[in-house]
Amino acid sequence: MTQRISMAHGEGGELTHKLIKNVFVRNFNNKEQSRLDAAALPWYQNEIVMTTDSYVVDPLFFPGGNIGKLAVTGTVNDLAVSGAKPIAMTAGFIIEEGFELGDLREIAQSMAMEARLAGVQIIAGDTKVVEKGNADGVFINTTGVGQFHEQRLESEAIKEGDAIIVSGAIGEHGVAIMSAREDLGLMTGLQSDCASLNHLVEEVMNHVEGIRVMRDPTRGGLATTLVELCEDFKFSAELVESTIPVPMEVHGACDILGFDPLYLANEGKIVLVVDAAHEHTILEAIKKHPLGNGAQIIGRVTSCKESSGRLYLKTPIGTTRRLHRLPGMLLPRIC
Amino acid sequence: MNNLDIFSENDMARRSVDAVIKLSEKFKKDKGRLPVLMEVCGSHTMAFAKTGIKQRLSEHVKLIAGPGCPVCVTDQKSIDAMIQLSEIPDTIICTFGDMMRVPGSKYSLMKAKTEGKDIRVVYSPLESVKIAQNNPDKEVVFLGIGFETTIPVLALAVRDAENLELSNYTIWMTTKLVEPVLRSLLDSGEVMVDGLLLPGHVSVVLGKKSYDFLMNEYKVPSVITGFEPVQLLTGIYKSVDLLLHQKAEVINDYPHVVKNEGNLVARRLLEKYFKLNDEAWRGMSKIPNSGLVFKDRYARFDAKKKFNVHVKEPRKTKCRCGEIIKGSINPEECVLFNKGCTPTHPIGPCMVSTEGTCAAHYQYMREE
Repeated sequence: MTQRISMAHGEGGELTHKLIKNVFVRNFNNKEQSRLDAAALPWYQNEIVMTTDSYVVDPLFFPGGNIGKLAVTGTVNDLAVSGAKPIAMTAGFIIEEGFELGDLREIAQSMAMEARLAGVQIIAGDTKVVEKGNADGVFINTTGVGQFHEQRLESEAIKEGDAIIVSGAIGEHGVAIMSAREDLGLMTGLQSDCASLNHLVEEVMNHVEGIRVMRDPTRGGLATTLVELCEDFKFSAELVESTIPVPMEVHGACDILGFDPLYLANEGKIVLVVDAAHEHTILEAIKKHPLGNGAQIIGRVTSCKESSGRLYLKTPIGTTRRLHRLPGMLLPRIC
Repeated sequence: MNNLDIFSENDMARRSVDAVIKLSEKFKKDKGRLPVLMEVCGSHTMAFAKTGIKQRLSEHVKLIAGPGCPVCVTDQKSIDAMIQLSEIPDTIICTFGDMMRVPGSKYSLMKAKTEGKDIRVVYSPLESVKIAQNNPDKEVVFLGIGFETTIPVLALAVRDAENLELSNYTIWMTTKLVEPVLRSLLDSGEVMVDGLLLPGHVSVVLGKKSYDFLMNEYKVPSVITGFEPVQLLTGIYKSVDLLLHQKAEVINDYPHVVKNEGNLVARRLLEKYFKLNDEAWRGMSKIPNSGLVFKDRYARFDAKKKFNVHVKEPRKTKCRCGEIIKGSINPEECVLFNKGCTPTHPIGPCMVSTEGTCAAHYQYMREE
């Protein structure tokens, strides 16, 4: 049977990794650039960075946001965690015939408001309408341009003992989306953490040094994001499970559905590897910002300059096990 | 240290580990071997691996996974039939997510979906009734797999379909019951088991009393337990304690949710719609009265009667899921484990399900 793309190829886990590596990176020949969420443009003295992302979330409106807000925050965050200040972005829309104009207006208003909050201009766009059935309501693509902060990330200096920090509770976006999508009626009050993180990053980068590398743990969750960081930057690390902030509602939903919070998507969190000498200053700086007040040190780099970095988890009973990428996709269990 | 810290859950878990180890050492001294406990429930298998309890206790208690994963125990022929159902024109297949990646003889439901078949993942069978209501020109079939935990919700779905007078809604029943398979396993003597850790969720429906046969007929010490690390460890501790005192009791260690009589409402629902039936289990052939089918007056909801699906006897593969669900071997003993068989390219259901033993070992116990 012919090999075809399945939904699992878009979940941000093992299959997404293989697809990107074997189809896109191989053909586009940009291995080095693909290590960060945004790429530097060498034609502009590597000062200007660029990123792009497409948004196909279902449902389009969810507790804590909608596809428009997500399309702005996602691109802003990709630039921010690459160590850049977002400047401008474009927005391309693919709209399904029959989509309600009022909903589209609401989405555009959310985008405008989020862009204002983030201090980013939406400067160009594109609109396509496709026949009913050829899209799911509306799809949005955003492309963002940013400029590196004066303070650069120190990814080449990662060393044993460096601390791993997460800026707050994980799993909220994944559970909010699932709850809204399936009308589970389980998690009243739990909202997506969807937010632009550039001001938080800017505040931290302007005042402290020692940030090695940052990512936003979106699809595939905290575990997959850190596995990728370990592999891309060739270090091994150990997380301490009991220090990872997981809200009770997220725990509860995961217990019922058979999911692991470490693999749930987040849309308003950063995970950072930082110099141990500056970890407390950095942690305090993150905590000062409203979007980072739940920040925690969750683990450490255990060795570096490895051919293939590995991520481990110390469980509450004291054993250590290896963490891997999300295999396939999150599927709810039966009982 | 805060005074309350010594009572924290993590601290309790570590103390429970120490207590289990101490007790199992006594057993080792008495018997010259490790105590062997079977966790019947797939969610327990997952929890043991995920929390690191299985790894931590590996030299003190032998924990073996039993036939408690609903996807894993589903016969290969049934899976082929379900996939074939998806090929019937104008049919919508609704299923729990676990089933999507399970390979049939040729391909999986996931693959069938990428080929354009209308297959939808639902979180509850009740959603599939809504889909049938909204698609009157299509046949909607729900793939009814699962144990006593899930079957009452299947009954609710049928009740809804009945109330809505739907004629386009059916369930492909291939459900399983816990007592017959436990009897079959214990009668076969294929696996040496000292004690059983009984499934918390299933027991909510069945009740403690339904396990009296383990005590009265098989003299196997058993503990009904929950899913948190401390609950799991307490379950192990109490099992080993029963063994040391040679008591074949059934302990309800999940009493805040499991009652003596079980959930009577759920049990009445089962009795109303279903009757006992011989059921084929993966690697275990047919076990008498180990499944449920529709009673005659509800036969119109029976997908097996409505659709003429015939599948060939599946070709044998090197997959050893059949032995793994019986606890005869560990996943690592299967030649395909982490070689030809991984969650992204599974050969057998134990590698697919979020309650599968191979998936638990692959995700949580694999070093490479």
